[in-house]
Amino acid sequence: MHPAFQGLLTIAIGVSGCVGYFYLSNQFLDRVLFPPRGPNAGRNINRANMIRPWLFLFPALAALGLYLAYPVVETLRLSLTDRVPGGGYKWVGLDNYIQMAKEPKFWEAMRNNMFWLIIVPAMSTAFGLLVAQLTDRIRWGNLAKSLIFMPMAISFVGASVIWKLVYDTRPAEQDQIGMLNALYIFFGGTEPQTWLTIPFWNSFLLMVVLIWIQTGFAMVILSAALRGIPEETIEAAILDGANPFQIFFRIKVPQIKTTILVVWTTITITVLKVFDIVFAMTNGQWETQVLANYMYDKLFRANDWGVGSASAMVIMLLVAPILVWNVRNARQEME
Amino acid sequence: MSDIAGTKPALRWVVHASVLFLVVLWVVPTLGLLISSFRTADQIATSGWWRSLFPSEQNLTQRSAAPDTQVLENGLYVIEGNLFDEGTKATISKWGVSSRAVDAFSPGETAELRKGGTITVDAKGNYRMENPEEFTGSRGSRVFATAELPPEFTLDNYHKVLLAEDSTDSMGRAFFNTLTVTIPATIIPILVAAFAAYALAWMDFPGRALIIAAVVGLLVVPLQLALIPLLKFHLNIGIGKGYLGVWMAHTGFGLPLAIYLLRNYMAGLPRDLIENARVDGATEFQIFTKLILPLSFPALASFAIFQFLWTWNDLLVAKVFLIDASGQTTVMTNRIVELLGTRGGNWEILATAAFVSIIVPLIVFFAMQKYLVRGLLAGSVK
Repeated sequence: MHPAFQGLLTIAIGVSGCVGYFYLSNQFLDRVLFPPRGPNAGRNINRANMIRPWLFLFPALAALGLYLAYPVVETLRLSLTDRVPGGGYKWVGLDNYIQMAKEPKFWEAMRNNMFWLIIVPAMSTAFGLLVAQLTDRIRWGNLAKSLIFMPMAISFVGASVIWKLVYDTRPAEQDQIGMLNALYIFFGGTEPQTWLTIPFWNSFLLMVVLIWIQTGFAMVILSAALRGIPEETIEAAILDGANPFQIFFRIKVPQIKTTILVVWTTITITVLKVFDIVFAMTNGQWETQVLANYMYDKLFRANDWGVGSASAMVIMLLVAPILVWNVRNARQEME
Repeated sequence: MSDIAGTKPALRWVVHASVLFLVVLWVVPTLGLLISSFRTADQIATSGWWRSLFPSEQNLTQRSAAPDTQVLENGLYVIEGNLFDEGTKATISKWGVSSRAVDAFSPGETAELRKGGTITVDAKGNYRMENPEEFTGSRGSRVFATAELPPEFTLDNYHKVLLAEDSTDSMGRAFFNTLTVTIPATIIPILVAAFAAYALAWMDFPGRALIIAAVVGLLVVPLQLALIPLLKFHLNIGIGKGYLGVWMAHTGFGLPLAIYLLRNYMAGLPRDLIENARVDGATEFQIFTKLILPLSFPALASFAIFQFLWTWNDLLVAKVFLIDASGQTTVMTNRIVELLGTRGGNWEILATAAFVSIIVPLIVFFAMQKYLVRGLLAGSVK
């Protein structure tokens, strides 16, 4: 069967299955189980209303539980066990973590991840704020924002290809086809550089790709926040003789502090999960390893589920503070 | 009033210039790839894409026709022809017959060939070789030319990447595979999440706040954690690697954001509307399908775009849950990574393949930007 047809069929089955489930389960509840008539009509309505939310929620809760909650527990278990040849697992305590801590590649990934975690959110937020402020009052601002926002739609893999062309290197006697080398030679560089193989600095070149993608996101959110600032505060500052820089840094930025924090944390989470860019551009060679790619290496190349799961738990641990913070904020907002 | 700060002409000019600079900085890398996808392999390899917009001077190494095409004219052996392919409008400024002196001659001059005979080349690349004795050897003579070539673009790459049937470069199948992954993986989570969001927004039951908090928490759980446990689970229940597995995985991973976005939106709908409907005797199911769903269209559209972009652009989930050893179910992102590995130098194939995969999200992006922005604003946890 052609996959496209198979896809259409599955959409039909999936969608009608979902609709059918919701419709029939509600019908069953109202017609058969607790019909709102007869001697117990009142009690039946109440009972039906107690059960109904769970009918609506059941598929979502099942999927969330199975695909997100259960894996957290299971990964934790796997990280504390080793596969025994021939099937089965044996409890090894923290051995996987100890083994991981002894690998230089892991520490390389940790070090790089720290740089990623500081630089990418900082630069994306800074650029996003800059663009949001600059485009706020110019006539072609929306067009400019649209174009800077565009990389959001491009896949990490597509972006990797785009930037790999920018970083491309040709032998010294040939014309350079990568923009970075062309500029480097133009401004007096002597030898074309193979940028992605220069340890330490190459990680920053990979970060550029993610900053390029995430700036649009930061810009959109911060731009909305800037527009939400009450005009009076700015007018008052102008009357007091503040210059544009003072208005921006002293009046506007403090008022959108929470939004900046939200943008920062959201990008932080994206950074922790980033895998495709490193995988496609260097695959962790030349000291560019990051945690997500290290984990993929362990799981699917080395087939070491124990250490792979341990490194996944490290990612989870790094996300945990943000998770707690988000949940607390959400609860406060609901009250 | 607040414009006062922005009306100083010098400052205004600086603002415009810096925005322009940033926009150029952001657009140029993509533009480079787009232009490269319309160039031939030779062009890409020998000059930067920015040169292709202007006539370019290039150092070319061409070869004359082979000696077996020679004819005898008035006692002279003659080979005639043009150094360039038909249709190439090149203008030669200098040429030579030795790699040590590639610009020894001007158009119209005559050079001595090392193996005997002479050659005359004009500016358009027409050449005439003469020799009193027969030309020997199996290959023609090399001619080095410095020529100015007009900008030239081709659709051949797209033809090759999209339609070539046998070729390993083909993206046609991967394109349809990606589509097959994306559409169900976008629709199913919307449906499941919409019902759950309605229950969380408008039904009263114990544990509601807890579930909402759990959804917010799950928003940030890295999907890396789910790879091994779920792959194991899929293998155990017999789905293995395939479309069903990847649809389910994308549904699971997309749900927290879907529920969060939709619940926030639905909770903002006017209370009167829903209570009136309840008083009028509508069942919850009717309220949901006839009232809530149509009213929530903007939020549904926002999430649909997110999920579409995310599933279309995804590499990791497809690699783990879909692509098996046969490679029949490969998706475009995976093809591109493979091309990067095996054909890292073939920019014409890479650039074109990348653009084929980028173009659909870009169209969706520009067509529905409004909803995407709205979704982003609602979706970032405050």
